[in-house]
Amino acid sequence: MGTSNTTKVLLEMRGITKRFPGVIANEDVDFDVRNGEVHTLLGENGAGKSTLMKIVFGLYQADEGEVLLRGEPIDIRSPSEAIAARIGMVHQHFMLVPPLTVAENVALGLSSSRRPFTDLAKVSTRISEISDAHGLAVDPSTEVWRLSVGERQRVEIIKALYRDAELLVLDEPTAVLTPQEVDDLFVILRRMVDDGRGLIFISHKLHEVMALSDRITVLRDGRVAGSTTPAEATRESLARMMVGREVRLTPHKGKVTVGDARLSIRNLTVIGDRGTPAVKNLSLDVLGGEILGIAGVSGNGQREFAEAVAGLRHTEPGGTITMDGADITTSSTRVRRNLGLAYVPEERMRDGVVAEFSVSENLVLVNHGSREFTKRGLLATGAIRRRSTEMVKQFAVKTPTIDTPIASLSGGNIQKVVMARELSASPGVLLACQPTRGVDIGSAEYIHSRLIEQRERGAATLVVSEDLDEILGLADRIAVMYEGEIVAIIDSADAKREEIGLLMAGVLET
Amino acid sequence: MSDFFTLTVLVAVVGSGVRLATPYLLAGLGETVGQKSGVLNLGIDGVMQLSAFSAYFVVLKTDNLMLGVLAGLAVGAVMGVFYGVITIVFKATQGISGIGIFIFGLGFSDLLFQRLVGTPKPIRQLPTIEIPFLSELPVVGEALFQHNPLTYVAFILVPVTILFLGKTTFGLNIRAVGENPHAADSLGVSVERTRYVAILIGNTMAGLAGVALVLELGIFQPNLTQGLGFIAVALVYFGSWRPSHVMAGALLYGLVNATVLQLKARNIIPLSFSELAAMAPAVLTIVALVILAQRVKGPAALTKPFIRH
Ligand SMILES: Nc1ncnc2c1ncn2[C@@H]1O[C@H](COP(=O)(O)OP(=O)(O)O)[C@@H](O)[C@H]1O
Ligand SMILES: [Mg+2]
Repeated sequence: MGTSNTTKVLLEMRGITKRFPGVIANEDVDFDVRNGEVHTLLGENGAGKSTLMKIVFGLYQADEGEVLLRGEPIDIRSPSEAIAARIGMVHQHFMLVPPLTVAENVALGLSSSRRPFTDLAKVSTRISEISDAHGLAVDPSTEVWRLSVGERQRVEIIKALYRDAELLVLDEPTAVLTPQEVDDLFVILRRMVDDGRGLIFISHKLHEVMALSDRITVLRDGRVAGSTTPAEATRESLARMMVGREVRLTPHKGKVTVGDARLSIRNLTVIGDRGTPAVKNLSLDVLGGEILGIAGVSGNGQREFAEAVAGLRHTEPGGTITMDGADITTSSTRVRRNLGLAYVPEERMRDGVVAEFSVSENLVLVNHGSREFTKRGLLATGAIRRRSTEMVKQFAVKTPTIDTPIASLSGGNIQKVVMARELSASPGVLLACQPTRGVDIGSAEYIHSRLIEQRERGAATLVVSEDLDEILGLADRIAVMYEGEIVAIIDSADAKREEIGLLMAGVLET
Repeated sequence: MSDFFTLTVLVAVVGSGVRLATPYLLAGLGETVGQKSGVLNLGIDGVMQLSAFSAYFVVLKTDNLMLGVLAGLAVGAVMGVFYGVITIVFKATQGISGIGIFIFGLGFSDLLFQRLVGTPKPIRQLPTIEIPFLSELPVVGEALFQHNPLTYVAFILVPVTILFLGKTTFGLNIRAVGENPHAADSLGVSVERTRYVAILIGNTMAGLAGVALVLELGIFQPNLTQGLGFIAVALVYFGSWRPSHVMAGALLYGLVNATVLQLKARNIIPLSFSELAAMAPAVLTIVALVILAQRVKGPAALTKPFIRH
């Protein structure tokens, strides 16, 4: 800061209100960015971050309020007008055409020097120049579907830079990246800001926000909940602004003496959907009274591993899964459940609930055939209703009634229903996959405290998560999974975030 | 049977195969362009019939082939405008809308024919143009270079379509809009406009296919196409949305068809089997294409109306 360049206000939004039928996505929002700074927009899912940025990019029009660009009022009616005004946006969901090459993706929508033909050779040269200048290595002639997620992200940034964007909006750009890729991205973004560009960074990951931002504005329920800087804020204070009340980010864990192994896995090999081994000769013990966290970048065999343990996927001969001494390698899911296994699946809408069913029906989905709920072959409606009401209260599920279709609840509340059902049987072994993905901070806090309760009960809990903060906060031991193998098991007392990040990326060997 | 395998007969079969392939090729290429942009048009058979009737009627009244061709193209384009309004402005379900267009084209061309013509009268056919020098080559000359102008147009349109889709900015827009319209939209490419133009191209080419059919036959009758347009849609799928493969499919269909016709003409196929034999081209072509077709995924946004979210 200090040079005149960094103090110029690039974009200013005043009193922005945007309504959708039944929702006010943005209400009287003030927001601005200067050249040479990263201004972060922080908020829970549904807080209105994307909507505000889509207004900047001309995808939506504000119902009220005004937008000023470089001090002049501007009415941006379409993405082409935004691009012409040197605004670039990297969307939350990649805006790429997978079968087309990088150069074709970049050239799309641009006028060509060889009209009516494309000038891909020229575009490729420019891409290489931009790649070199900004450290965004990518081959212009490769089809996008062949690229890794990190590379696709680079293509998105190149698209914006190619159009000479002075203001760059990045909507949750780190959601799909490995910790290593996030670090690389931040270096690139810093360099772009030092060139005098203005950057709007959207995220709900607190440590990233603290690492990258110059200023932070928090949105809650469509309104500005406050503005601050990393120097003044802590992760706790940011979370408080996001949620509107005190939240405990690192769950409080009491001391528990661990018992024997309740889940033992030996030499497990699982074939993935592509027909190649997704889990390779994996061995692991989960002890009673501990939470074992499995960290890893998605696609390294975690899903296949979890499905094999849950009994949803075949395992290769030679491997065994033992629960409390019983060999369950080839047992059905029902047998596993009866032995005390509970499973919170990663795809909760697909595997965790029946979307068309009510909250109550989903709560008794597993044990509706039990003595408690079935009398003379008929469902005992009264008992089911009483029990469901109890569970809804116990797990603080926010739902209008127990007959509400589950699909109309928020992600956090759906997950609480799944947890309530799975934990009601007091399982001996709990397998929870991505337990708080897409879940609001308040519900996440609640779910975490419930997981920790299991530990105190003496259950063996296995948490699979891509969210390293979650693993670091919950787990007693951390197993890092890379390319189908456990590459390291670390005591969480000795765990260092950087080290685990490198292990996840397969960079560090142990 | 033995006299079937003479050079003269084979040349005749290939020649008429190429001629028979023409309307399939024209309709299939147009459908390829439309589908590449994400719009399925099941109604091209109806468009072909309307265009065929228009061309027939204009030639009947004016005896001017050029005017007939123009009338058929114009009707195809107008049907394109309709289909665009239905699928792009009103975002109607494409499968059902296409069937609607087909039924309309079938019924309305029939109605017009009954009202305006009544009894079928022959009209002038397209002249055969012998390409200088090439048509004098032995064997291939007669098979490939003695055709009517629309056959040449159809085959020239194959590399033109490849070039258009693969190398032009508008072709790039079409491909992008058919795969991920939101990506195109975010870069300022108008999804609606791109799809509209693709639909217009597709329908106009379907119109030309109808024209080629009627001016080859020299006569109109109700339900002239007998499902030809649907075969063309199938050729696009089995040809994996690639113009060269669509051409291969159309040629295969034409050749099988010509072979069956030859065999019938020479009484090699008994008369009692002729009904069955008439189905052979469709069945054989589909079977061959199912076996040969690479398992290629179509445009990801095919049949999906574009709604910003
Ligand atoms: N196109 C839309 N139609 C209706 N409601 C929408 C639309 N886009 C967003 N919303 C609603 O507006 C609110 C804010 O959404 P969004 O801006 O996507 O939040 P964020 O990006 O912070 O997660 C949410 O309640 C969402 O359901
Ligand atoms: Mg968002």
